[in-house]
Amino acid sequence: MNDFIAARSQMALSLGFHIIFSCIGMVMPFFMAVAHYYWLKTDQLVYKNVTKAWSKGVAIFFATGAVSGTVLSFELGLLWPEFMKHAGPIFGMPFSLEGTAFFIEAIALGFFLYGWDKFNKWFHWFTGVIVGVSGLASGILVVAANAWMNSPAGFDFINGQYLNIDPIQAMFNKAWFSQALHMTIAAFVSTGFAVAGVHAFMILKGQNVLFHTKSFTIAAIFGCVAAILQPLSGDISAKDVAIRQPAKLAAMEAHFKTEKSAGLILGGIPDEKSKRVDYAIKLPGFLSFLAHGDFESEVTGLDRIPEENHPPVGIVHYAFQIMVGAGMLMMAISLLYFLALWKKRSWLQSNWLLKMFAIATPLGFIAVEAGWTVTEVGRQPWIIYGIMRTADAVTPMPGIAYSFYLFTAVYVSLAFIVIFMLYRQIKMVGRLYDN
Amino acid sequence: MLYIVIAFLWASILFYLLLGGADYGAGIIELFTSRKNKEVTRKTLYTAIGPIWEANHMWLIIAIVILFVGFPVIYSTMSVYLHIPLTVMLLGIIARGTAFTFRHYDAVVDDMQHIYNTIFAISSFITPLFLGIIAGSAVSGHIDTAANTFLSAYIFSWLSWFSVAVGLFTVAICGFLASVYLIGETDNDGDRLRFAHKAQFFNIAAVLCGILVFAASFLEKIPLFEWVFGNWVGRIAIVSATLSLVWMWNLLYQGKLALLRPLAGFQVTMILLTTTYRHFPNIVILKGGGYLSLMEHSGQEKTIETLGMALLLGSVFILPALFYLIYSFQKNPIDYRQEAH
Ligand code: HDD
Ligand code: HEM
Ligand code: HEM
Repeated sequence: MNDFIAARSQMALSLGFHIIFSCIGMVMPFFMAVAHYYWLKTDQLVYKNVTKAWSKGVAIFFATGAVSGTVLSFELGLLWPEFMKHAGPIFGMPFSLEGTAFFIEAIALGFFLYGWDKFNKWFHWFTGVIVGVSGLASGILVVAANAWMNSPAGFDFINGQYLNIDPIQAMFNKAWFSQALHMTIAAFVSTGFAVAGVHAFMILKGQNVLFHTKSFTIAAIFGCVAAILQPLSGDISAKDVAIRQPAKLAAMEAHFKTEKSAGLILGGIPDEKSKRVDYAIKLPGFLSFLAHGDFESEVTGLDRIPEENHPPVGIVHYAFQIMVGAGMLMMAISLLYFLALWKKRSWLQSNWLLKMFAIATPLGFIAVEAGWTVTEVGRQPWIIYGIMRTADAVTPMPGIAYSFYLFTAVYVSLAFIVIFMLYRQIKMVGRLYDN
Repeated sequence: MLYIVIAFLWASILFYLLLGGADYGAGIIELFTSRKNKEVTRKTLYTAIGPIWEANHMWLIIAIVILFVGFPVIYSTMSVYLHIPLTVMLLGIIARGTAFTFRHYDAVVDDMQHIYNTIFAISSFITPLFLGIIAGSAVSGHIDTAANTFLSAYIFSWLSWFSVAVGLFTVAICGFLASVYLIGETDNDGDRLRFAHKAQFFNIAAVLCGILVFAASFLEKIPLFEWVFGNWVGRIAIVSATLSLVWMWNLLYQGKLALLRPLAGFQVTMILLTTTYRHFPNIVILKGGGYLSLMEHSGQEKTIETLGMALLLGSVFILPALFYLIYSFQKNPIDYRQEAH
């Protein structure tokens, strides 16, 4: 494996690992706050148990999220020193604000996890909400930094120099809003479906049904609302990408030839050499509509973009299909669930609905990973879009492949331990909380 | 504004050394505790730092963010030439943070505990060792930006007697801070005596490692002696640290515990002050006499301006909340049995 590929793989691995924990860290506090609120209001013990059980899971996830995030803040320099040398001062604003958000999150978490029966109960509840709010804030900030890589702003690039830096303008670049919105909703979708799925599975197994039903309902409602909103926000993102990164949009859609009234390609196997997509379903005019809101408009294809600036079409196209496919499925499940809640209460007891959720457990996270693949691989070969190439940013140190193997081993083991501990938490629910 | 940013950087490093250091130290103590006493150590540790351990480690993130936003050349130079020790330190951070949490939140108590404990104790030693190595390497003058072999560029930049001695010194300081910290957390004389002995042990270790650091600096022609004793600030700091150490031991033998922590904190602050004061603002010294300076290698003015604003704004929120957190759990400690599992 060459060093450049190793560095990219290590970055992708670390980010792909971290994002799972950060989604959970951002969203679970809100689920807990709802359960906690019901406990304080209704005195039903089951809600206290749900809150406590979740908070233990969150502590595990939070610690893993925090260490993997710490690793990331060093990796940016370890792997991409040339990038950080120039980008640090420009896109640093969100990171410096994020430091505050993390700090507040860590402090509030200390109060929340260790503060049971120690403080005024509403103060204690409130610290839980603060954990969630500051988590969301840090997620939005770090995505703003990523958005800057997609849509550089806040400096003048003159003769290879980065002049007149304005960190505030850099933070509020053109991509930050659509990305932050889409990512925030994605965190709710993925965490909601994952949590609901696990509890649905436990209900199907007939264990601690009351406990798992309450948990399921909270997670499912959050997840489903978000899943219905997500395709709308995805549409905003797509229109945005069409304007600011036509190469990425073309790769997502495997759209090789610039044309008016372009067709939307579903599935298919793109071939970069012959510039064809085999075995695809084509919906005429729909790509123009998706990209620019007009069936007739022209959509830039890869033929307008110099060959050396093409992102890898295959990966981006497949990843995009996976994300959209997962998104559509989850939206359909969500619509069924709300139909059940409002009109067909009997469905709520039925096995097929629960089975559907149990099967959908990983869908949200699959979509998140796929979505980030679209964004990051679709930006290639640029690390700062149009300004700096990824290949020019990489560390001069040889032997990165070993570092990549090492981190892979560490993250794989960590993933196993976390899953193993979660399994044990769930298994112990009966012993700890059944009364 | 640049001075404010530098002050924040220095303060974050200091707080990380004091708070994160005590946190690492607690794990180091575990490594040096006989099997039968380990459980007590662990409980005292958990009651003492459970609620704040996450916050203690945020200081590192703050320092690193300040570095890459405000002083990108320094950040990227260190990232390149100290890649290997940084990576080891990161692995240590991963292992330690997760093991600490896992051992308290694993729903089932079985043999896994033993694994978590071992990982925790070992990584508590490795991480500050490499932090010290990194700090030592930064000023050792071994970083060679003109190097053209792998060994000279990426290995000898940090593998030197001096850097390793600084690493060991850091470990001893962490152990010392933690022992002193934990003395105040005990509820009976037996434990108190045990931690007092530990403090003594690490105090002696720190002095020995200190001597080692000076010896290595002579060997490698690093003018450490001049940095520390060649100016009034250094001399006053060292003398007052020594006096306060004598005072501290006196108080301890009299059983007066209230001032122990501030005094230990004071000593470590003085050590950091002497070692950074003289060659401020040059925080990285390169082979052949070049250096990277906080003044000359800072980002553009606008960047420093907004960074400073962000830090000031942040501290308005963070500091009161952090003090309230520490105060609350000092007044009202957590119950080990109830919270774990
Ligand atoms: C639960 C997760 C999830 C779901 C169901 C969807 N997405 Fe997504 N998508 C993400 C999770 C995600 C993400 C992981 O959060 C990304 C990566 C970067 C970002 O900002 O969001 C993303 C990126 C992303 C981008 C690239 C944005 C950019 O590069 O700036 C586009 C165009 C879309 N999405 C479009 C869609 C559409 C049309 C969907 C229709 C169903 C959709 N997404 C569902
Ligand atoms: C957490 C969500 C994210 C995921 C899953 C993700 C995923 C990826 C992937 C898959 C790559 C490799 C691209 C390739 O090899 O072609 C990559 C590269 C990279 N990403 Fe992201 N990314 C995320 C967010 C971010 C953010 C927020 C930043 C910075 C602020 C960032 C910075 C980078 C950098 C510096 C690279 C290396 C250069 C490159 O290969 O483009 N990423 N990321
Ligand atoms: C889109 C991508 C990302 C999102 C949404 C995100 C979000 C979060 C969240 C919510 C946390 C809190 C920890 C938790 O709850 O588990 C966290 C932790 C952290 N993240 Fe990320 N992050 C992303 C990418 C990154 C990147 C690229 C970096 C580094 C450059 C980074 C650095 C950190 C650090 C240092 C922490 C630890 C903070 C702590 O100790 O609480 N994150 N992240």
